[in-house]
Amino acid sequence: MSIASVFALCAAAAVGLGLYGLLVSPQPLRKILAFNLLGSGVFVLFGVVARRGAAAGFASDPVPQALVITGIVVAFSATALAVALLLRLFQASGSATLAAHSSARAGRDPTGT
Amino acid sequence: MALDILTIVAVSAGAFFFLAGTVGLLRFPDTLTRLHALTKADNLGVGLVALGLLPRAGSVSGGLKLICVWLLVLLASATVSQLIAHAARDSGPLS
Amino acid sequence: MTFALALHIALAGMMLGLAAWTIAARETFAAVVGFVVYGLFLALVWVRLDAVDVALAEAAIGGGLNGVLLLGAAARLRATETPADAERPRAGLRLLAALLSATVAAALAAAVLQLPEPAPTLAPAAAANAAATGLANPVTNVLMGFRAMDTMLEKVVLLLAVVGVWSLAPDHFWGGRPGARHEADPQGTLAFLARVLTPFGIVVGIYLAWTGASHPGGAFQGATILAAMWLLIMMAGLADAPPTNARRLRLMLIAGPGVFLLVGLGGLAFGEAFLAYPAAYAKPLILAIEAAMVLTLAITLALLVAGPPERGAAP
Repeated sequence: MSIASVFALCAAAAVGLGLYGLLVSPQPLRKILAFNLLGSGVFVLFGVVARRGAAAGFASDPVPQALVITGIVVAFSATALAVALLLRLFQASGSATLAAHSSARAGRDPTGT
Repeated sequence: MALDILTIVAVSAGAFFFLAGTVGLLRFPDTLTRLHALTKADNLGVGLVALGLLPRAGSVSGGLKLICVWLLVLLASATVSQLIAHAARDSGPLS
Repeated sequence: MTFALALHIALAGMMLGLAAWTIAARETFAAVVGFVVYGLFLALVWVRLDAVDVALAEAAIGGGLNGVLLLGAAARLRATETPADAERPRAGLRLLAALLSATVAAALAAAVLQLPEPAPTLAPAAAANAAATGLANPVTNVLMGFRAMDTMLEKVVLLLAVVGVWSLAPDHFWGGRPGARHEADPQGTLAFLARVLTPFGIVVGIYLAWTGASHPGGAFQGATILAAMWLLIMMAGLADAPPTNARRLRLMLIAGPGVFLLVGLGGLAFGEAFLAYPAAYAKPLILAIEAAMVLTLAITLALLVAGPPERGAAP
């Protein structure tokens, strides 16, 4: 088993953990966390493919690396948008829940309008 | 050869101090004592690790960068521990 | 089992432990802290996979900016913890979700263990065409040369994300300043850090962006450090967030994708195709695009963390 395979198995497990967290966590912020975990696992899989593609004097294939850098930035912007949506939901309705009819009202956001 | 021994000894000592800091984090009763253990031990640990890695830096500029990293970590950890201590003191004796 | 392999298995094990902690922790704040540490370990993994540029990007964006964003959100949403816990799915549903996740993970693991040998790779093609742009860093070559279209579209996606975040402002605050006014003690520790660290941060950020042409680094990593310095200054109260209807701010936001688009159309007009760099001017054009990109990226990333406008535009 090579070093790349170790991290590939770790990435597969991270994808599984992220998927579980996304399905099961009641708080939307935990879902966002789990989604980021899922994404990071996918990126490491790209990294393993890049590592295995080492050739022509490079220690790692540069094309998947560039794709992962783009992916990290776009995933961050998606997380920022998701967090902004969640905070706005909390400001507007007083509760950060995705359930349609919920008695979970927690009061106003201390800094919001 | 002597430089290799210096690297091994310094990095091991640094690792030991990190371990001591973590033991303090886990065993001390409240936030302020934990902060004290963490910052003291971790700063010393980082300094020792940086010292141990100096012989392995490729060039003088590499060594200078290592020292810069050490100073920046010192600055950041000192400031952040002050901020956490302020927040812990302000939120009452139960934290 | 060599020593190196054992170390890597230990690293992977610690990462999985942190991931499990992120999912299972009771308090959201603790879960976010675990996620930030996970991000830093991930940067180590990237270094072991010989992808240093990605390690820098992961540590800066995935660990740093993401961490600030999520920690701020966790602090503001602390009041919703207990009510939301009541909506936890029943044990049967959780078991089903666990089975589904385990199946997906097992399928991925099986696919990964059966990857074709010898591995297909684009490295020889990237090496053979490296002379087209004159940059020594292969990843920057790919980002700004071979896949420049992807990078340009990514700039547009970031712009759309900023517009999306701004559109969440209440109507009467449209065009206002993002976030609450940070009142930190001007003689205090945070202001001290902002004053001392920012000059170094700016130098390091510009250096990282500049050296990405030949060493690991690049526009994204450098821009993230610049964004972090601006956020630090805003959080220490040394400068207020700019109003989002400021013309200069909006011009700087479109400078990056604008310059990229202009160069691309120039390639269409004077060269062979959209985004084709003429051979003699490839490096100066790429550096010009990168300069505009770093400016726009730094502002965009900081604004994404700062959030939608919550105050009027007046100071």
